[in-house]
Order: sequence, then C-alpha cells, then structure tokens
Amino acid sequence: MKILVCITHVPDTTSKIQFTDNNTKFDKSGVQFIIGPYDDYALARAVELKDALGASLTVLNVGEAETEPTLRKALAIGADDAIRVNAFPTDALFVAKQIAAIAKENNYDLILMGRESIDFNGGMVHGMVGELLGMPSISPVMKLDIDGDTVKMAREIEGGKEYLEAKLPLIAGCQEPIAEWKIPNMRGIMSARTKPLNVVDPKDGEVATDVTSFQLPPAKGSVKLVDKDNVEELVKLLKNEAKVL
Amino acid sequence: MSILVYIEHAEGSIKKTSLEAISYGKALADKTAAGDVVAVALGGISDEELAKAGTAGAAKVLHVADGKLDAGVIQAHAEAVAQVFKQVGANTLVLAKSSLGDAVAARLAVKLDAGLVSNVVDLPDTSGEYKVKRSIYTGKAFAETIVSKDKKILAIKKNAVDLITDGSPAAVEKADITIGEENFAAKITSTDKAEGEILLPEADIVVSGGRGMKGPENWGMIEGLAKELGAATGCSKPVSDIGWRPHHEHVGQTGVKVAPTLYVAVGISGAIQHLAGVNSSKYIVVINKDPEAPFFKAADYGIVGDAFEVLPKLTEAIKAIK
Repeated sequence: MKILVCITHVPDTTSKIQFTDNNTKFDKSGVQFIIGPYDDYALARAVELKDALGASLTVLNVGEAETEPTLRKALAIGADDAIRVNAFPTDALFVAKQIAAIAKENNYDLILMGRESIDFNGGMVHGMVGELLGMPSISPVMKLDIDGDTVKMAREIEGGKEYLEAKLPLIAGCQEPIAEWKIPNMRGIMSARTKPLNVVDPKDGEVATDVTSFQLPPAKGSVKLVDKDNVEELVKLLKNEAKVL
Repeated sequence: MSILVYIEHAEGSIKKTSLEAISYGKALADKTAAGDVVAVALGGISDEELAKAGTAGAAKVLHVADGKLDAGVIQAHAEAVAQVFKQVGANTLVLAKSSLGDAVAARLAVKLDAGLVSNVVDLPDTSGEYKVKRSIYTGKAFAETIVSKDKKILAIKKNAVDLITDGSPAAVEKADITIGEENFAAKITSTDKAEGEILLPEADIVVSGGRGMKGPENWGMIEGLAKELGAATGCSKPVSDIGWRPHHEHVGQTGVKVAPTLYVAVGISGAIQHLAGVNSSKYIVVINKDPEAPFFKAADYGIVGDAFEVLPKLTEAIKAIK
C-alpha cells in the first residue's frame, strides 16, 4: 500500500494579509509559513493509516526551495520521503498536472490532500487530479477508513454528512475531524533530517488562470455599541439603518 | 457563446444559492450579449419546481431525470454536466459554490478543458482579457484573475449578484444523455442530514454561539433568537470540538464560511480563525460580556452584556416588531 499526501505551504492562520510591489505580490515579511491546516489533517490520517496498515507514505509539495522546511516538518510528523516539484504554484491546473504526473510514475493507492489551500481557497486540485488519473475524487472527507481494498468515508454536505464507499485507488480532499493534528516529537525531528527529499522539475507548464493583482477589503468602521438594557435600540438600528430586518 | 448553469436541489426545491447562480448567469448573459441562459438539473425533481428557475433568469431547464443521480455522486454529476454542456454548445458554466458544486466543477475543468475560477464575487470584466474578481485568503483579500482558456467555469460565492425574482417560468425539457457505469465507482451508502432546517451556507441571517453559552443545554436561547429572525444557527470551533454542536455548524477558517446579510455572534470572543469564516457578512452584531473581546473590532453593532440576560430580551424585542 502506497500513500501520497500533497501539502501546501501557506501563511499561518493568524497572519496579517498584505501585498507589495503595487499589489502584485504577497508580503511575506513577518509571516510564518505552515503546512496547510486541511493538509495537516490529511497527513495526520495518513500517518495513522501507515502505522495500522504498514503502508509507505510520501509527501509532495509544488513549490520553490523556501517550502523545504515545511516538507521536513511533514517528514518529522511521519512521512517516509518527500518530493518537491520545483515551481511556484500559481494555478490549480498546473499544480494538479504536476501531482498527476508524479502519481502516474509511482502508482499510489491512496492520494490525500486538504479540501482546499487556505491561501487561494480554490478547493479544486483533488478533483482535477482525479479526472486526470480517471479515479474517484471525494471531498470534503471528514472520516476515512480502509477495509481491504474498500475505502469507507464520510463526506460533509450542507446540513449533515453522507457516507460513501469506493475501491482503491482514489483521491480524497480532507478536513477535520478526520484525525487529530500530530505534533512532531524529538525523534521525528531528528530522523526527518536524513529522510530523502527529492527535487524534480515540473513536467507541463500549462496554466488556465493568472492573478494580475490583489486587493484588501475596505476597512471596517467602528462598532456602534448599544446599552444592554436597551436592546430595542439595536432592533431599531437593524431595521432602519442596516435594513436587514 | 452561451451560458449553462448547473443547479442543485434539496427536499424537492431548487437551492437558493443555485437560484443566485442563475441570476449571475443572466447578468453575465446580458452584459456579454450571450443570449438565453440554460440551466441543467440532475436527478428527481418536479417540472413545476424546475420551471421556477425562470423566475431567477433561466429561459430553459434541461433535466437529466436519471434516478441514479439523486445521490450526488461527484464523478457522475461531472460527466452528466459535461455532456449537456457540449450538447448545448455552451462556452461558460456557472454554478454556486457548495460541497458538491466545488467537487464537480474541478473535474469539469479537466473534462471540458476550461479555466475554473472559484469564490467569484462579481461579474467578469470582459473589456480586454477575461478578468474575474475572486475572494482569497479566506475572505481576507481579493485577486483579479485572468482566465486564459476559451471555455470558462465560474463557481460563485453567495451574494455575488442580486437575486432576480421577476422572470417568467422556464421551459423544462428532458436531456437525453447516457452516463457510463464507470462514473458510479463511488457509492453513497447513506446520508445523515437535518431535515427542514435553514442551511448555514445559504442563510441570509446566521446566529452563532460560542463558549460563552456555557453548555449545549443553553442552545435553546440561540435557537429561539434564530427562529424569530428566520436564521440558521452556527457555532465557534471550540464549541464543535467539545461536541456541544455538530461539526457542520462550525463557522470559521476550517469550518463553514458564511456570507449572510446579518451575522449575530453570541459569546464568541472573535479569534482570527473565526473571523475568517464570517468576514464576508454584510452586517455583524456581537453580544459579549467582555468589552475587550476582539470581535467588537470587526462588528457593526455590539452589546456588552451577559448573553443569558441579553438574548431573551432581544428575542422578545424582535418578536415585538413583527
């Protein structure tokens, strides 16, 4: 059994989002980069499956050299080896094609990733990879168990969940509560230093979209406070000023 | 050039977010002189209900009535929509962002060799290159995005355009397509869904509770206010993590992102991860006993006070104006 987990290298969820170069580049100053939170759930579940089933676990990122500490962290959490496709990921189709090319070479049984990255929030890479490889792609998956060659999953839908079954191989976009995030221990961190991290060149340069500029939302005005003993005033404001009632 | 809109339905009705997608398609068709908007619906639903797609701006609805499509099998839906897209000679597919819509759109982008943009918040600028504004960084920024493919797929965020409600009923026709068995490789064995509730991602008003509610036994107060407002109920991440409320009610960075016209937060401090899920709301009301709660900085209106005192009074005051 071979598992591939695809991770993104994204600003920590508490980061202040700002842009530079006339709003054409993300401002990295003072920003800490992490494994995408949804990818981190996928990785945590993959480590559990690896331990339970004796699987191999490879972690993949499409990114430039700056993402290597993030890949090392995934190795410290429990992946056996890492692959970095050396390219700046600007477009979902481009990233999906890189993942599909590597998956074709290595015949993974299970490909996991987060339901979406928290920078561009597209949530489309898993579906594109599924279509490129002709495999089922299921997302957002909140529970995933393997029984022989059958994968049993719960997928979140509006107002609840649906339960699905499919045969391996397949691709899943994951979210909580599929597993608890894992914090690397000292032994993991030490062993991660010597685990293989292979850098490969991108295979196909095709893109479908290109971002030309960024904008921040308009600043919020200050809050209007209403006395707690005069809630009727709030109702009036909502009705007459905001016109939402 | 013609525009196809993929619509979803639940409990016998077209989803409100799908009606918005139709209105977006109509506005886009008017802007680009693209002619009539056609909608495609999959699985069992009445012709009478489908005709209502017309009120939102569709001229015609193509219905693939195959009962196997009732369950939202992602691959099969993508295949069905791709076939209809080709049959009608469409150039642009519009759909509402949703659990199913996102998953289907991604496969369609590859099937149709189309450029997919998600979280679209406005009509495209077609004066030069085809440019679309989308929400990124979980609502904390926007990106102007050029689509270089000839065919386009736009997954729109709630409130991207105003809903049209005065159109005439649409003509409903059966679509004649065959979906290969290989598209049903994933089987849905059961669903577990709240019936009759206002669904969080579609609600115009949302009332959410946090740890300040002290326990699940006090949620009746949140539900009471929500009922008066015709709102859906949500919660913060800690509340769903400790199991007071189900995960599908968790609003925030790693939960549901909402974009209602009014968001009411009760006993939620306003961690940046929670704000990421609500920052597209038009108006935010915060009720918290801690005047230093960071949520007040993101709010339009606020009450500093104990939720247990304020909520019953507020519910009564809203009842009084009805």
